[in-house]
Amino acid sequence: MIELLGYPFMQRALLAAFVTGLAAPVIGTYLVQRRLALLGDGLGHVAVTGVALGLLTGIAPTWTAVVVAILGAIAIEVIRERGHTSGDLALALLFYGGLAGGVLITGLAGKSAATLQSYLFGSITSISLTDIWFTLGLALVILVLGLGLLPQLFTVAQDQDFARVAGLNVRAYNLLVAVLAAVTVTIAMRTVGLLLVSALMIVPVAASQQLARSFRATIVGAVVVGAGSGVGGLLVSAYLSVNHDLTVAPGATIVLLALACFVATWPIGMVYRRRARMRTPFPAGEPEAHEVCGEHDHQHGPDCGHVAVPHGDHVDYVHDGHRHAVHGRHYDEH
Amino acid sequence: MIELADGAVAIAGRPVLRQIDLTVRSGEFVTLLGPNGSGKSTLVRALTGLRPLSRGSLTLFGTPFESFRDWHRLGFVPQRSSAASGVPASVAEVVASGRLTRRRLLRPPSRADRAAVAAALDLVGLASRARDSVATLSGGQQQRVLIARALAGEPDLFFLDEPTAGVDLPNQHALAEALAALSRSGSTIVLVTHELGPLAPLVDRTVVLRDGRLVYDGPPLAVDDAHGHHHPPHGRHDHHPGVVAPMDRTPDPHHEDVTW
Repeated sequence: MIELLGYPFMQRALLAAFVTGLAAPVIGTYLVQRRLALLGDGLGHVAVTGVALGLLTGIAPTWTAVVVAILGAIAIEVIRERGHTSGDLALALLFYGGLAGGVLITGLAGKSAATLQSYLFGSITSISLTDIWFTLGLALVILVLGLGLLPQLFTVAQDQDFARVAGLNVRAYNLLVAVLAAVTVTIAMRTVGLLLVSALMIVPVAASQQLARSFRATIVGAVVVGAGSGVGGLLVSAYLSVNHDLTVAPGATIVLLALACFVATWPIGMVYRRRARMRTPFPAGEPEAHEVCGEHDHQHGPDCGHVAVPHGDHVDYVHDGHRHAVHGRHYDEH
Repeated sequence: MIELADGAVAIAGRPVLRQIDLTVRSGEFVTLLGPNGSGKSTLVRALTGLRPLSRGSLTLFGTPFESFRDWHRLGFVPQRSSAASGVPASVAEVVASGRLTRRRLLRPPSRADRAAVAAALDLVGLASRARDSVATLSGGQQQRVLIARALAGEPDLFFLDEPTAGVDLPNQHALAEALAALSRSGSTIVLVTHELGPLAPLVDRTVVLRDGRLVYDGPPLAVDDAHGHHHPPHGRHDHHPGVVAPMDRTPDPHHEDVTW
């Protein structure tokens, strides 16, 4: 296992998995914030056509995929902004158009489905040195723009009307996110494959937002989950392949590891949200009548174990379906 | 501050607002009233540039809107039921986005930026919730977060679109206090609302829209006094008491309407 890490192809693969896992969730966070979690998937399908065009013309498929994915991203933004075609319908059109076009053109190019498959499901261990530089450069662009423009991108995704009155060029920022998503798709293409690209953008965000209370914490958490499962998934698949002689696809392992992070954080998030909901203050205002509760041996207090919920200027203690408020020496039913 | 002359707005080719002449002077507290669909929100969206005018001219701070760039002088509270989005965001983060009009690209927030965010949260009484996720706040508190966001940019002119819709009475009072403080400090406020409630004493001037046209512009209509519901006035009593159409308010002496 250790000697495996000495091979240059493995080192390149680890580096690619790490930077992809670092960059993809940054853009994914903005997509989730706009409720466009499937945009990455649509762009992944469009990029299939791009790859096929590369195979047909003999240009490096990575470059044709970037160009076609960016064009697809611009098309989605225009359709979303202009038409009253809903966002998900626009995505569906691109999904099918992109995939069908890709398969058709690959056939025309006389290549087998197996060639296309290395792009659909990733081929991280065959990444060349040129591809590594390409991945590093684009990941750097994504990180610098995605984190540097965080206040602007956050505001635009949060509230477009407000952003426009604040003088921000909403259309330009929307386009920027779409284009960065397209770029992310192509750099993640080699790592996890076009069909699983979106997972690397979205799943870490889903895991991270279970525990985060702020946007920044969500991004940081997502990046940690993304980079961690990128490197971790690759190592796990390499270990299983070498030591147990199994065929374990690295891309799928990376995505499943990210999903495992979500499965682990989700119950914690559930408990946390439930507690927050229980402690949400009751609407202020006194009840109509003064109703004293009957015999009550229990002494309510900050440590009594009952849920204490703010209610106007006092606290109601919730137990057994009642809300008890301290009133002099007895408790009132609120 | 604002000068709109012969303003008209068409949405998808249908004229919505027609012949609106509106001038708002510095320091005024103006409310836009009118029933649903009367064009109040559209007018505010036109004044902030969100809706293009199909005719007429708009001037903000003496500058024609086309060449207006002083966005930090505007504060806008859009009509929204929630301040939350698809990803958790803390109260402080949402409020800090109101500071963007004064921040430069790719620079970290300055000390003044942080101080303005803290002051805005203080004014709406949510300083203790700054680090909480906005999604955990009640509707009224989220509305106060949106107001704090507009405050953070330290603007001179505020537009608020239905900030009290669906907000409980204590939160409405908290809102009214924040707006009173703003108004005292000399800010100009344009407020769109359905019902004034605790905001009524703050208003200097009322503008009433009806079916896309301006039907009243003058001192506040003193019908909706705070005790209206405890001592119901006789005669007609709409959902927007006396304000929908002041001209219609001729009490009929022979007939007593149901009072609510």
